[in-house]
Amino acid sequence: MGTITRSFANNIGTSGILKAGAFNNASLNNVTALNNAIALGNMVLISSQTASDSATVSFTTGIDSTYKEYQFYFIDIHARSDGQAFTFQSSTDSGSNYGITTTSTFFYSKHKENDTVAELSYNTGKDLAQSTSFQQILDLGNGADESGAGQLQLFNPASTTYVKHFIGTGSSYGDDDAEFTSFCAGYFNTTSAINAVRFQMSSGNFDGTILMYGIV
Amino acid sequence: MGSITRSFANNIGSSGILSASAVTNATVEDVTAFGTAPSPATLVLISTQTASSSANISFTTGLDSTYDEYIFKFINIHPATDSAHFEFNMSTDGGSNYNVTKTTTSFYAYHNESDTDTAVAYTAAQDLAQSTAFQRLIPDAGNDNDQANSGTLTIFNPSSTTYVKHFIANSNSAHQDNYSINWFIAGYGNTTSAVNAIQFKFSSGNIDDGIIKMYGVKKS
Repeated sequence: MGTITRSFANNIGTSGILKAGAFNNASLNNVTALNNAIALGNMVLISSQTASDSATVSFTTGIDSTYKEYQFYFIDIHARSDGQAFTFQSSTDSGSNYGITTTSTFFYSKHKENDTVAELSYNTGKDLAQSTSFQQILDLGNGADESGAGQLQLFNPASTTYVKHFIGTGSSYGDDDAEFTSFCAGYFNTTSAINAVRFQMSSGNFDGTILMYGIV
Repeated sequence: MGSITRSFANNIGSSGILSASAVTNATVEDVTAFGTAPSPATLVLISTQTASSSANISFTTGLDSTYDEYIFKFINIHPATDSAHFEFNMSTDGGSNYNVTKTTTSFYAYHNESDTDTAVAYTAAQDLAQSTAFQRLIPDAGNDNDQANSGTLTIFNPSSTTYVKHFIANSNSAHQDNYSINWFIAGYGNTTSAVNAIQFKFSSGNIDDGIIKMYGVKKS
């Protein structure tokens, strides 16, 4: 018996069952699926995109009936133009057009660094009423250290029966040196399946990372 | 040495460790748990219930000390009755009674499709003060064919026998009068008994359609 064979024999336990020592991570490189009884992550990273002086970031694949909820995390969104809003819209034609009729709410809390403003208020300039415009979610300055981050939930985009609800929250470093905490929610008023989502600034380009997850 | 044995031997690397070519999906299909390996799951789906003209949806198992945080996601909840309130309550006796005393807050942002009415405001009509009533999560839900409601309810450490049971809910609704309403409900079940069941229902009529999923968030 050769050395390797003898070493392997030592990894065989009683009843001929392999011991843990018979495997390492490399041994499992070809395993791509596990028994359903194993608790896998129920928050599945579908795709990640990095903006670098980009006009838009669009997710045109992966939004379908696989998940009842999709979550987008936008991290370190940096506006290239000062005082612009980070926005999103959806598509029912895989991204050929982004302009689904939307009704939404938008309110915020704001606190300036110089402590002169501390408020909670609804903002009619950032909500939508049966509009095909992009929905604002962050309000950004473009100073070197200024950015925003947040999360957007989109519920059951594949439904062909109901409107498509979304809920978003964000934290922005505004162009007036303020923390701007935003709450937007609403529905894409369509019974067609939504199969793409786009993010862009109200004007100018942006940097940052956007992650799309599916919730099992 | 037979051909199978010889083939297998070729899949043994140095030090007697199996190489990747020795293991496929089928090899591990009987494996249902790993020893000390960290599970990749932090958000664990415990159960899913689908309403179909249902009087209520109750989760009477799986709500225990396994997790410190439970998340319920309700998706496309459609009422049979227009303007009914989607609501929930907690139980400390496995679901025999849903009547935990609660003190809660409720505020909302609303905007109608005709763009004539907007606000963010506290609403005393939807909160509770030491009440055993069901807590409304989505008041006045519309039941047009395309109207439904979705959101999330998080309950913290329901099995505690020391502290009250906090919960936070955030949802968006299609209101009966064609408003988009973003609801924020939070509060505590004012009991030191373990909460071990949750029930969702409408204040009137059935849950015509919808899905509710219960997740546990792993402690580590």
